[in-house]
Amino acid sequence: MSLNDWLLFLHVLSAFILVAAEVLFTFLIAWLWKRDVPSDIARVSGISRFGNVLVGVGAMGVLILGIVLAFAELGRRTGKAYDAAGARARTLVNEGRDEPNPELGAMFRSPAGLVFHLASVAVLLLHLLDMLFKPGA
Amino acid sequence: MLAAIRPTGWDFPLFLHVLGAMILVGGLVVAVAMQLLAWRRRGPADVVAFSRGAFWALLTVALPGWVLMRVGAEWIYSKEGWSGENDPDWFGIGYLAADAGFLVLLVTVLFAGLGVRQVRRSGGGASILARVATPLATILLILYLVAVWAMTAKPD
Repeated sequence: MSLNDWLLFLHVLSAFILVAAEVLFTFLIAWLWKRDVPSDIARVSGISRFGNVLVGVGAMGVLILGIVLAFAELGRRTGKAYDAAGARARTLVNEGRDEPNPELGAMFRSPAGLVFHLASVAVLLLHLLDMLFKPGA
Repeated sequence: MLAAIRPTGWDFPLFLHVLGAMILVGGLVVAVAMQLLAWRRRGPADVVAFSRGAFWALLTVALPGWVLMRVGAEWIYSKEGWSGENDPDWFGIGYLAADAGFLVLLVTVLFAGLGVRQVRRSGGGASILARVATPLATILLILYLVAVWAMTAKPD
């Protein structure tokens, strides 16, 4: 199993933890819906604190690992597109064929590599804009 | 993830499967938390309340979650065109966790329900059945987290 597989598992596990917290709060709201005895309500305060911990852990894991995975995948796909061109260029140089090669040029201008690279730049810029401008804050 | 691009016809069954699994795990987390609190609390009213809460979490959240998860699993399995021959190992782990886990879940619900009756009749006293339901629910939770690992990491 690769590091990426473990990160994906931890990302999904965080989502499960987050949903577990939501299930917990939904259950508590339903349970206390028609109750007005203070001891009944006070009894569940400990569980709601546990729910808050689950929300914190789950949300952090989902967001942070999700961003890490998205960037890792974009980087991997960008690299894959350009690595092939790099390998081809090294082969040509080793064979002593160091002259302009349209096939190599086409590989470097590969739309796939450019799209994934632009996507990672766009995601990074959106994060930066979000952090600086704080929409809705 | 970008790698998880699949035919759009698979999306809804997969959504049901994952949603059911999340509800199932959520119900088990609630039940285990309540059962542990029932063990820790000394007041009879606390024991009765938490035992009842654990039972209802298992019956009204975990059990419907299991049904949704299992229906979604069978649906996505048929959509993906698997036949049972040369299926990957993680399928086996998933099926084992789902089907063997269901029997354990039924026993846990039964024990928790009977435990609530015992606790109420004894006025908040200890109930062996309710206590046995706690490790059973914990084992189920661990089993389903292993299944989540198998479904996401997909070991060969």
